Amino acid sequence: MKASHIFPRFVPVADHALLVEFADSISDDIANRVLALDHAISASPPDGLCEVVPALVNLLIDFDPLVTDHSIMQSEIEALIPRASAIDSNIQTHEVELCYDADLAPDLGAVAHAAGMSEEAVIACHLSASYRVGMYGFAPGYAYLTGVSEQIQLPRKQVAVRDVPAGSVIIAGPQCLVTTLTMPTGWSIIGRSPTEILRNDPDRPFLFDVGDTVRFKRIDRNRFDALNTGNQGAISHG
Amino acid sequence: MADARFRVQFAGPLVTYQDAGRRGLMRFGVPASGPMDRLSYAAANAALGQPTDATTIEISMGGLLLECLEGEVSIALTGGEFNLTLDGTTQPGWTICTVSAGQKLSIRPGPSGSWAYLAFAGNLVTDQWLGHSATHSTSGFGGGALASGQDIVVRESKVREEREGPIQRPDFLPAPGAPRVVMGPQNHHFSSASQELFQMSTYALSDAFDRMGVRLEGPKLDLEGALSIPSEPVCKGSIQVAGDGVPTVLLADHQTTGGYPKIATVISADLDQFAQMRARDSLAFTLISPDEAVSIARNRAAAVERYLEAISQARGTLPQRLMRENLISGVVS
Repeated sequence: MKASHIFPRFVPVADHALLVEFADSISDDIANRVLALDHAISASPPDGLCEVVPALVNLLIDFDPLVTDHSIMQSEIEALIPRASAIDSNIQTHEVELCYDADLAPDLGAVAHAAGMSEEAVIACHLSASYRVGMYGFAPGYAYLTGVSEQIQLPRKQVAVRDVPAGSVIIAGPQCLVTTLTMPTGWSIIGRSPTEILRNDPDRPFLFDVGDTVRFKRIDRNRFDALNTGNQGAISHG
Repeated sequence: MADARFRVQFAGPLVTYQDAGRRGLMRFGVPASGPMDRLSYAAANAALGQPTDATTIEISMGGLLLECLEGEVSIALTGGEFNLTLDGTTQPGWTICTVSAGQKLSIRPGPSGSWAYLAFAGNLVTDQWLGHSATHSTSGFGGGALASGQDIVVRESKVREEREGPIQRPDFLPAPGAPRVVMGPQNHHFSSASQELFQMSTYALSDAFDRMGVRLEGPKLDLEGALSIPSEPVCKGSIQVAGDGVPTVLLADHQTTGGYPKIATVISADLDQFAQMRARDSLAFTLISPDEAVSIARNRAAAVERYLEAISQARGTLPQRLMRENLISGVVS
């Protein structure tokens, strides 16, 4: 079976989903097209739509096979694509605070060494960029932020480090992530944030939407300690 | 109405609270979670007269031992072929019985199956996350995993004497060991020889089997340089192939995006039985078209609805049971 190279490409997934692909490789233009279609679907959801999962070059359209099927869903999405020319104006910008103190940033020295810069220059480089929420994945609230400056782009480590605390700000290649769980990671840990991404707010349980803009703000240890609850998780008793 | 209280004397790993799952949040990195075997889960609730999305305890092959500290409550056990021991008397699962203060209830794996569902007549008190008790095992969010020494509280516990006894098993399940798949969405990243190998080969489940998914053992699939594809959405049933050529089938607590190509996807109708297989059980995938997959989903949904409706009827007294079972078999044949 040869894949069609005409985009958008529609690929059926099992009995209940359709993958809509705009390209095989990542670019800002493709990310905008994914987002525009995501917004268009949300504005006029086809019958039987269960959920849409936007990612870097494609979207998964999950549907109820009792109500619709792959070809009906494909024609409804095809009809929406010409209208999906612009992304919503309600893209938000979020400020995420972080502290770069050495004990919270165990890999800052190694990143500086690899980049041939001082640690302060790495911090300045990280703070100067504007990031975009490309997609979520890996674990609840793990938002992949694109936009890491080329000067500080590093590959993943050979071996993952275990038990990296929630709130760690980690980078690998062009991506940056603020972790929400204590998990292993092979990315470089360059700081820690007290900003809660998993929120105890049923109306907005996750700080970011895909497509939002994120900027980092440096804070000192006093402010970090004052804000850090040590509990990124948003578990409530029900 | 009174409460019933249990103490967990022993809980194996991955014994968790589960409701029907939190759907609609994959865009935030959150899979639906919920039961590995959704039909058995719903059957336990239906047979007990509970809402079919009520919270239950999902029991892994590690088993569960409870002591009833106070009150009394009817329970249902479904799922794989697990055994239930109440005060020293052992019986097979797919049954409803009543447990009261002072009694010990033990649930252990029997001849087959990986997951069992323990439902209670009443309201299980659990933590919730985003409106659901379904436990996401990697984070522990939701009701969470059960641990020795912990107490379980059932509010407004009820005794359902008229429902006690065996629960009718579903009779419409597909043949085990032959999960049906739709090829793709990235089968074009595999050589045609690899795709043929995948379709013709016998695989076995490995020990790397948890709520996130199960790695298979069998022929390795050659990726045509596809390890550089951008991360993209994945779903329950996705069969992803890592760089070592080994396929993994993603299950209830799957990651929501991933960069490994997916050669095929198991249809939702076959995932319950797939999840009930054990390590070293063998299987061969059966290829179907997307249209066949939709038609199977529709037939299955109708059969599930009829089945749950049938088992949700209270059995009643013995004469009532005999009369109704005669009527039911008369309609079916």
